[in-house]
Amino acid sequence: MELRRFAFIALIIVVMFGTIVAIGSSRTSPGILIVSMLATTIAVATPLTLGALSGLYCERAGVVNIGIEGMMLASAFFGWFAAIYMNTILKMPPLLSLWLGVLAAIVTGGLMGLLHAVLSVTFKVDQIIGGTVINLLAVGISGFFNRQLFFEKGSIFGGQVPHAPGTLPAFHVPILADIPVVGRIFEQQPIAISAILLVFFTHYVLFYTRWGLRTRAVGEHPRAADTVGINVARMRYANVIIGGLMAGLAGAYFTLESVPSFEPGMTNGRGFISLAAMIFGNWSPFGAWSAALVFGAAQALQINLQFFRELIPPQWAFLQQASIVGLVPYLLTMLILTGIIGRTTPPAADGVPYEK
Amino acid sequence: MMTQTDKSGNQVVLEAKGITKRFPGVLANDRVDFDLRQGEIHVLLGENGAGKSTLMNVLYGLYHSDEGQFFRNGQPISIDNPKDAIAQGIGMVHQHFMLIPVFTVTENIMLGEEEMKNAVLDRKGVAKKVRDLSHQYGLDIDPDALVIDIPVGVQQRVEIVKTLYRHADILILDEPTAVLTPQEVDDLFRIMRGLTTKGVSIVFITHKLKEVLAIADRITVMRAGQVVGTVTPAETDEHQLAAMMVGREVILTVDKPPAEPGEDILQIEDLHVADQRGLEVVKGVSFTVKAGEILGIAGVQGNGQTELVEAITGLRPVKLGRVLLNGQEVSGKPPRPIIEAGMSHIPEDRQRHGLVMSYPVADNLILCTYYIAPFAKGLVMNEPAVEENAYRLVKQFDVRTPSPFVTASKLSGGNQQKVIVARELSRPVKLLVANQPTRGLDVGSIEYIHSQIVAIRDQGAAVLLVSAELDEIMALSDRIAVMYRGEIVEIVQAGSVTKAELGLMMAGSHIH
Amino acid sequence: MESNEQPKKGTISIIVDIFKRSAGAMLVPVLAVFTAMLVGALVIWGAGGNPIAAYIGLFEGAFGTARALSETTVWATPYIFAGLAVALAFKGGLFNIGAEGQLALGAVAAAWIGYALPDVLGVQIPGFIHLFLVVVGGLLAGALWGAIPGWLKAKTGGHEVINTIMMNYIALNMVSFLLNGVMKDPNPLNVIARTPLIASGARIPAIIEGYRFHWGFILALVVAFFIWWLLWKTTLGFEIRTAGANPDAAKYAGINVARTIVLTMAISGTLAGMAGVIEVTALNYRHELGFSQGYGFDAIAIALLGKTHPLGVVLAAILFGAMRNGATRMQFMTQIPVDVIQVIQALILLFVAADAIIRYIYRIRTSEERMVLTRGWGG
Repeated sequence: MELRRFAFIALIIVVMFGTIVAIGSSRTSPGILIVSMLATTIAVATPLTLGALSGLYCERAGVVNIGIEGMMLASAFFGWFAAIYMNTILKMPPLLSLWLGVLAAIVTGGLMGLLHAVLSVTFKVDQIIGGTVINLLAVGISGFFNRQLFFEKGSIFGGQVPHAPGTLPAFHVPILADIPVVGRIFEQQPIAISAILLVFFTHYVLFYTRWGLRTRAVGEHPRAADTVGINVARMRYANVIIGGLMAGLAGAYFTLESVPSFEPGMTNGRGFISLAAMIFGNWSPFGAWSAALVFGAAQALQINLQFFRELIPPQWAFLQQASIVGLVPYLLTMLILTGIIGRTTPPAADGVPYEK
Repeated sequence: MMTQTDKSGNQVVLEAKGITKRFPGVLANDRVDFDLRQGEIHVLLGENGAGKSTLMNVLYGLYHSDEGQFFRNGQPISIDNPKDAIAQGIGMVHQHFMLIPVFTVTENIMLGEEEMKNAVLDRKGVAKKVRDLSHQYGLDIDPDALVIDIPVGVQQRVEIVKTLYRHADILILDEPTAVLTPQEVDDLFRIMRGLTTKGVSIVFITHKLKEVLAIADRITVMRAGQVVGTVTPAETDEHQLAAMMVGREVILTVDKPPAEPGEDILQIEDLHVADQRGLEVVKGVSFTVKAGEILGIAGVQGNGQTELVEAITGLRPVKLGRVLLNGQEVSGKPPRPIIEAGMSHIPEDRQRHGLVMSYPVADNLILCTYYIAPFAKGLVMNEPAVEENAYRLVKQFDVRTPSPFVTASKLSGGNQQKVIVARELSRPVKLLVANQPTRGLDVGSIEYIHSQIVAIRDQGAAVLLVSAELDEIMALSDRIAVMYRGEIVEIVQAGSVTKAELGLMMAGSHIH
Repeated sequence: MESNEQPKKGTISIIVDIFKRSAGAMLVPVLAVFTAMLVGALVIWGAGGNPIAAYIGLFEGAFGTARALSETTVWATPYIFAGLAVALAFKGGLFNIGAEGQLALGAVAAAWIGYALPDVLGVQIPGFIHLFLVVVGGLLAGALWGAIPGWLKAKTGGHEVINTIMMNYIALNMVSFLLNGVMKDPNPLNVIARTPLIASGARIPAIIEGYRFHWGFILALVVAFFIWWLLWKTTLGFEIRTAGANPDAAKYAGINVARTIVLTMAISGTLAGMAGVIEVTALNYRHELGFSQGYGFDAIAIALLGKTHPLGVVLAAILFGAMRNGATRMQFMTQIPVDVIQVIQALILLFVAADAIIRYIYRIRTSEERMVLTRGWGG
């Protein structure tokens, strides 16, 4: 990673963590504060990391995906619905219901990915428009079914929001989670942990396997790939669907790991911020992850500030406003896109339909 | 069927019979027959658009033929995609290289035929094989280099090794000499000869008839999608080949009175320009173009010509140095004031810079002058004037179009270029910058555009001509500047040097 | 005139020609709407509703009575402005997903000038001057919110798609902050995040007493005509379209592409802002949080359904307005949630964007130039 980008990431982390230490140290020791911030940062970076990986698979194969937001939203809804359905109607145990919910979310994401592939590979629709279609469709479908299934009188749940089976329990990473103080970082919920594993896995796939070499070839110069017998359409289909699966897992985070409920529009732009993380990370898994952590830190700050609300000194009163601190990720995204923190290069054929 | 041999006793390794390929509105291949013998170099000669590349792309499985059949060693084969072609031992080096710039040489070569070791790509193992192949055939390449960092000539060798790595014994080379200096062409020919002695049979596609006689065992000429005939070098000469290609006698030289140079119009002083990556690709260039003369810039593509032209025309920032047009400094200015000072520009890439493909011809004809009278009155466009201009220029410059209101995308390449020439020459011209003005055009359009360039010179304009076609440079220029690695090697009077000497200069050697 | 090839045509044949051409151009959008309604019917049926009853309710609610018609125009008005905003940006090769934020800021600025400016200045402002200030203030806010991503695109290459989306979230956060704080209606009975009413002098009066049909709709039609004129009859329009169709050729031809991008986005933002201004001055006389939710994305569907042509945008906006308006009656009559409209609208966008699907289903052979709207991330 170039120096400028590394310095920027370090700076943001220091500012975010420093603010919390400065405000909260009168009540809690800095060490515990930093560990807690770090643990929260990793957790809230989960959907961003997975969203960025979703974009990564698609764009490394040459398909721009701005539909991550919609893929996440639809997956969040159907994952949640499936979990409740299993638990309430089919009387399955809560934990099993949750895991089947995760599966349903992943499948939903995969189907959305398939739709995106059909639009952009087969029908060669402008890929940004295709992504917008997915975003709109997700808002419509999740909103419609949310009301139809849960709030209408004749619906399966009888017009009442049924009790949700809770959230996925945290997982203690053996040994590491038992370290005093720092161990807290290694006590994460399963989707957060799998996000990190998927970062490593994606790096391996992209740069050390046949699949990765071909994927990147298709994203850089599809005709060259075609002339050595690689089926460009098939590679793009597969990668966009894999991207959809990633976004689906990210969607599961919202309703099955973070909070046990669904709100219309609850992804709140996280899909788009994921894209920014992917760009800032220069289309590489570890780069994307570190950018996701930057955004995670900003959000962790917002969460922790709420916690220390009454300790905020009066001259910093604006920090009490969630809607002001909440601007930080959006402003960061715009700053990153200016490229002043380091230029990035997209895959050469990104966004270009392949015409034989 | 028995393995086929022909009269001379050489085995026919590949045969095409009755290949027909239609594109919407075009019959690209019309019942084409073609055969290739073991160990020969078979030249496929024809103008741009004659159907040579189409035929080979059909053979390579990139297009599907509408009719016809291929035979390999006498057996009928069907090739639906490049994979089938590769399996049949056919390798193709495309006109635009099929290499991925950000991959290493090894990665490019193994792509599609990857080898794994311990669940990761075996880059080391393949690199060793590449090294062995390159020694065996005398094709010097570095397996670990990034393609983006190696020169075009080496990239071409990578492409050849790529086919050998796949055990190809039929090699198709599509216009391989377009990017090479005459000396590099000689090297390539030597490599090709070497390959044929090792049993490789080669199809060599070209439209340059001068190099054909030097290398071919047999020559098949195509015109307008059909095979005109197959001859051997012994029984033909340049003039006969040219006539076969074009269908009529071709004047191989441009009729041009001697230049009458006037005052200095374009002065370039110690110009430095950087490319997209920030690397300096024009390094201290100085020259002058006078009114009434054509200065040709010769050089292999990618030696800074593009950036030089872009800097002169205001499309690219100048790092250092000065550009003076009519004595006024224009370096660092955007295109509009330079255009208004009398610069006309036929750009290198007509579809990217020269035209808005989705616009009607009429709008393309006012692309640079839409805002001034008579095409605009204040802020409002004057449609009758735009139409009148379109009808007039289409007629005057012989643009073949059903109407001035069809989009530029519907026109043939030659007519698209005529639209640009019409637009650029229909306003008062002090300086014409023409970059690759005839690339990819048919002979008729080339002759027409050459005559227009000479005509504008005779009207007193200064002309800066940039071309990778040495023949074009030699036919049109009054003086020739040779560019190599961002510098002007030498500026000579046209007619005072031979083609071979120019070729040496294009490789960086000084003659005088 | 001397040139004899030039075809001379009578007025009537020209009109027939235009009709033929627009009928051809409208074929795919009309079929797209039809197909989306069909799929929508399946969704309704699948969710246990009666699609025929639902669509009858939808139609009655949209056009059944004078009041329904009036309400349809009320819904269509901001759609026309926002749709024009997106369509104009598309013409300039830019994808403005930020109409939502531009609209909201335009409304907030207009509302503030409308209720607070006289007090801040401490003077009485004559009605028409006040109205003028309200309108100009709102438009400037929208223009600014559009111009920022335009400027970022021109100067840094930051892609306007993500930047306009980010500007949406920033605008919504800011508006929420303001409407819950300093700009909140101080009326002790008020619990909603909304501004006070604007001064009566700064309001545009109703056209017909008792109906909400307002001058904004008429203005929207006028503006649509103006945008058509701007795009196809002026040198600025030529520059916008050229920079959009081929920025490299535009630069080659001497057009200042960076300036054109900023200008296009500013005009686009102005149009979106105007949607907000009209809601404040002619309809609600205040701005309320959440009022503008979803306009930005609907505007994209409208612009594409209208094939980015101002006339098409007007027709598409009326269709969308009618759907939104009729949906309430549909829900009342058949218990189908209004949200189904959003599904249908998304499907319309899907079929318009992937017109190859429509062409395939209905075996339409007409070859048309593919609309090139946006490019990848680029530089």
